[in-house]
Amino acid sequence: MRAVLQRTALAFSVLALAVLSSALLLSQQTPLTVLTKDNANAVTRRTLQTTAIGDQEFVALDDLASMFQLTVREDALGALSVTSKGKTLLLTPDQPLASIAGRVVSLPAPPVRQGRRWLVPVDFIGRALSLVSDTRIALRRPSHLVIVGDLRVPRVQVRYDTSGATTGRLTIDATPRADSTVSQFGDQLAVRFDADAIDVSYSNSATAPLAAAAAQGLLQAVRVADAVTLTFTVGPRFGGVRLTTQPSDTSMRQTIDITNASAPQTTEASPQAPTPAPPPPDLTAIGATPVGVRTIAIDPGHGGDDEGAKGAQGTKEKELTLAIAHRLKTAIEARLGVRVLLTRDDDRSVMVDDRTAVANNGKADLFISLHANASWRPTLAGATVFTARFTTQDDEAAHAIASELLPAVNGAPRGIDFIPWDLAQIQHVARSEALARTIAEHLQGKVPLTTNPVDSAPMRVLEPANMPAVLIELGYLTNAEQEKLLTGSDFQNTFVQALVDAVMRFRDEASR
Amino acid sequence: MTRTQRLLIALTAALVLIGVAVWVTSVVRRRTAKPSGAVATTSADATASSGRKIKARLYYVSLDGTKLMGIDREVPYVDGAAAQAQQIVSAQLAPPPAPLVSAIPPGTTLRALYLGGKGAAFVDLSKEATVAHTGGSQDEMLTVYAIVNALTANLPAITSVQLLVDGKEVDTLAGHIDLRKPLQKNLGIIEP
Repeated sequence: MRAVLQRTALAFSVLALAVLSSALLLSQQTPLTVLTKDNANAVTRRTLQTTAIGDQEFVALDDLASMFQLTVREDALGALSVTSKGKTLLLTPDQPLASIAGRVVSLPAPPVRQGRRWLVPVDFIGRALSLVSDTRIALRRPSHLVIVGDLRVPRVQVRYDTSGATTGRLTIDATPRADSTVSQFGDQLAVRFDADAIDVSYSNSATAPLAAAAAQGLLQAVRVADAVTLTFTVGPRFGGVRLTTQPSDTSMRQTIDITNASAPQTTEASPQAPTPAPPPPDLTAIGATPVGVRTIAIDPGHGGDDEGAKGAQGTKEKELTLAIAHRLKTAIEARLGVRVLLTRDDDRSVMVDDRTAVANNGKADLFISLHANASWRPTLAGATVFTARFTTQDDEAAHAIASELLPAVNGAPRGIDFIPWDLAQIQHVARSEALARTIAEHLQGKVPLTTNPVDSAPMRVLEPANMPAVLIELGYLTNAEQEKLLTGSDFQNTFVQALVDAVMRFRDEASR
Repeated sequence: MTRTQRLLIALTAALVLIGVAVWVTSVVRRRTAKPSGAVATTSADATASSGRKIKARLYYVSLDGTKLMGIDREVPYVDGAAAQAQQIVSAQLAPPPAPLVSAIPPGTTLRALYLGGKGAAFVDLSKEATVAHTGGSQDEMLTVYAIVNALTANLPAITSVQLLVDGKEVDTLAGHIDLRKPLQKNLGIIEP
């Protein structure tokens, strides 16, 4: 009896293993990555599994239905109808076709039934689904990307050529044109693109794109660090870089010439500062490890219907803050090489909570809100850096529910810290004040400040920020002289420069 | 009348006007030097024509524009805390005589005022409080705390004030200062 049981158990194990391995074999197909923008304008990535049948790749119709809000029906004759927002697309089993409103679209293979699911060829997404959807859907088969909506996803082609026995050149073409910034931290050389995502391919070899550079000891590896950054790991003989950019009608070429260190470097030696070529990227941050500050959220105040303060000459706060936010983003990315999130990139209304949500959801390490002030006294002038101010009641409210005992998995209660979301800033006040003081110190003597340049107020946009956060009032648009000053390039450059210096010092002090 | 005579009269009139302006300014300065937090009391010398009056401390934009200055002004005395609070807020919202500068957006009126529990007052302002605002966080602080301080400084029964606009709770008046909760007296914003 016991032997029978053992044999049965063994048979079941083998069967289970077989089922598992066949499932694994099926899932080994490269899935599609679906890129969309959410309400906060952040790019989200979702995965869409594919299945190989013969030489074709298929996706499940019900996966597409849940991702794109489609209704799929199968009639008695086996025909499939796919409906989205009133538009219907028809599929017939055994026919490699889809029809919509009399228009016929060819597919590389007919739909296939697998168990209870219907599978359609991957090309169905680009050829047929895009016709019933009211947003743009594009399929990029080589890179397994599905781009939903108006996202900027340039094709980025990376090529490495040796330019001598010991030096080499990286050529990076972004099509359509996308600007990029190059920065270096420790042994990482990062190329960050001004885009929503990048679609990377390698000219030399898909599997070992940097084989030649690795042999020279200049570059070891490349990876896509986040959605828009290519990160190269430098090798032991890496000396420095020289950058050139060359736009063409359709693409932007970034050339990175890599020099060889004159002597083999030890791991402690910092790489030599590169000689920048036009446009000159500022690589003063080379060698600094960005401990604690990897992402900065910048909030251009107001926007859309909410114009903010107005100057006598017609300057609108919403336009001034956006212009300075763009300058600041470019400068921070170039000099600090950290990711910058903007709460708005154009003239649009953004709810206060959505602004802070961009910072919180984007895991920003700092939040900087930009504003311009107004006063009933037209002589009032100067910049002020604000932090959030909380009342003792807020403190009590935060602490009352800050720690709750919750049952854990093993049944024993466990202390969990809670802070209400709209009081999230309460735990960062001290660091926010330190950031505000550092910023004011760097602005001192360079731009006009008020008599009390570091202040606190119950600033609505700062309260839910779950990171050090400040609101900077750049100056007064109601003061004629200040209006002229604030809109000028000199002030804006000086301000941006001082702010980047301040953020750099705050970061360095935090990492000590 | 000769040209010289006309010039003399104009000069005298100008001198008188300057004299009056200097006197008003000195009175205003003397009064702001008084400690704040005066409690509304019935005035013994109430005017006969318009009923009894009380002296209430109201708040206006300081000369440098960064603070509020407290000025004692007469407002009608009425029975009941809510009714008295209405009188004080209405006086605070009304455009003041020169050289005082109001911290309230022009055209703002009081739609309603309610007293809630725990000393909270709810002040419902007309939409001008938002749409006619200068849009600066500096002015927004002054607008909010002119009203909050006018009620909390004059009526001890009121300890916090929540501002509403057009009958609804609002996040802010002009995009900066959090109005989702009742606010307490802010002495830091009053010019010493």
